Amino acid sequence: MMNELSLNILDIAQNSIAAEATLVEIDVEEDSSTDRITIRVRDNGRGMSEDFLKAAQNPFVTTRTTRKIGLGISFLKEAAEITGGTFELKSELGIGTTVTATFVMSHIDRQPVGNLTETVITLVTLNTEIDFIVRYRVNENEFMFSTQEVKVLLSENASLNSPSVVVFLTEYVNEHIKSLSGEGK
Amino acid sequence: MKSLAELAAIKEKMKQNATMREDGKSATRIVVGMATCGIAAGARTIINAVTAELAKKDLEHVTLAQTGCIGMCRLEPIMDVIVPGQDPVTYVHLTPEKVTKIINDHVINGNIVQEYTIGAYEDK
Repeated sequence: MMNELSLNILDIAQNSIAAEATLVEIDVEEDSSTDRITIRVRDNGRGMSEDFLKAAQNPFVTTRTTRKIGLGISFLKEAAEITGGTFELKSELGIGTTVTATFVMSHIDRQPVGNLTETVITLVTLNTEIDFIVRYRVNENEFMFSTQEVKVLLSENASLNSPSVVVFLTEYVNEHIKSLSGEGK
Repeated sequence: MKSLAELAAIKEKMKQNATMREDGKSATRIVVGMATCGIAAGARTIINAVTAELAKKDLEHVTLAQTGCIGMCRLEPIMDVIVPGQDPVTYVHLTPEKVTKIINDHVINGNIVQEYTIGAYEDK
């Protein structure tokens, strides 16, 4: 089981990567007026059929061939519902998949947002061929990070996964996320 | 607050380094397990530790990649170090401290850290 929301995001995004998405959008919204945290992972991957969509929330359904068990979606669903929040999985074959989970922010069992920077940097640097758009919003303040924007500024020698670029981007993303003064450090 | 405009300076610096490094040496690969089991066991911290160490030691030619679950969830976090021309070496139960030693001893100096390998684990 994951112990922070950011680890769940990292795990859910792996499904988008496996579905051959070329664009993955990740939204994290902390809203104190409604006492909710919303997490959304949307991709343009291959999507799921209606039948598989229904089955995907069952931990004993997976596309993996090594073993007949897949826990990623179940972990996030459980983490959201235990706080009184909601979980929704939408998908269309050939169009993509959207996973949305809401959490009651003040619930004692709500996992911390955790290290969102590490999650973003891990996804971005290990999947340089995929574009990521990350939006982190705390009430009315928002930070947006887009790899499309970064790629324009880079070159063959200095790519998204060059260690010195990664170190810079880590500091950059971390500073902006922290400045929104939520708990997502 | 940092701005993306600072990437221009990094790019310039790396352009100079790249011309110095064109000695035809093929790249070492590091592959980290990133399935649910790997992530739950701490793979994200390992990725971060590897990148930080590669940057610190100026190992810009080493590539880092991810893989899925290889069926040994109890040994996660796991990573392979693949030096061209040699058999891949699988390291298990990683910590950031182990990563530092593996990069220094194995990636830089070519000495496998036997005690952290899957072989050493299975002998226990």
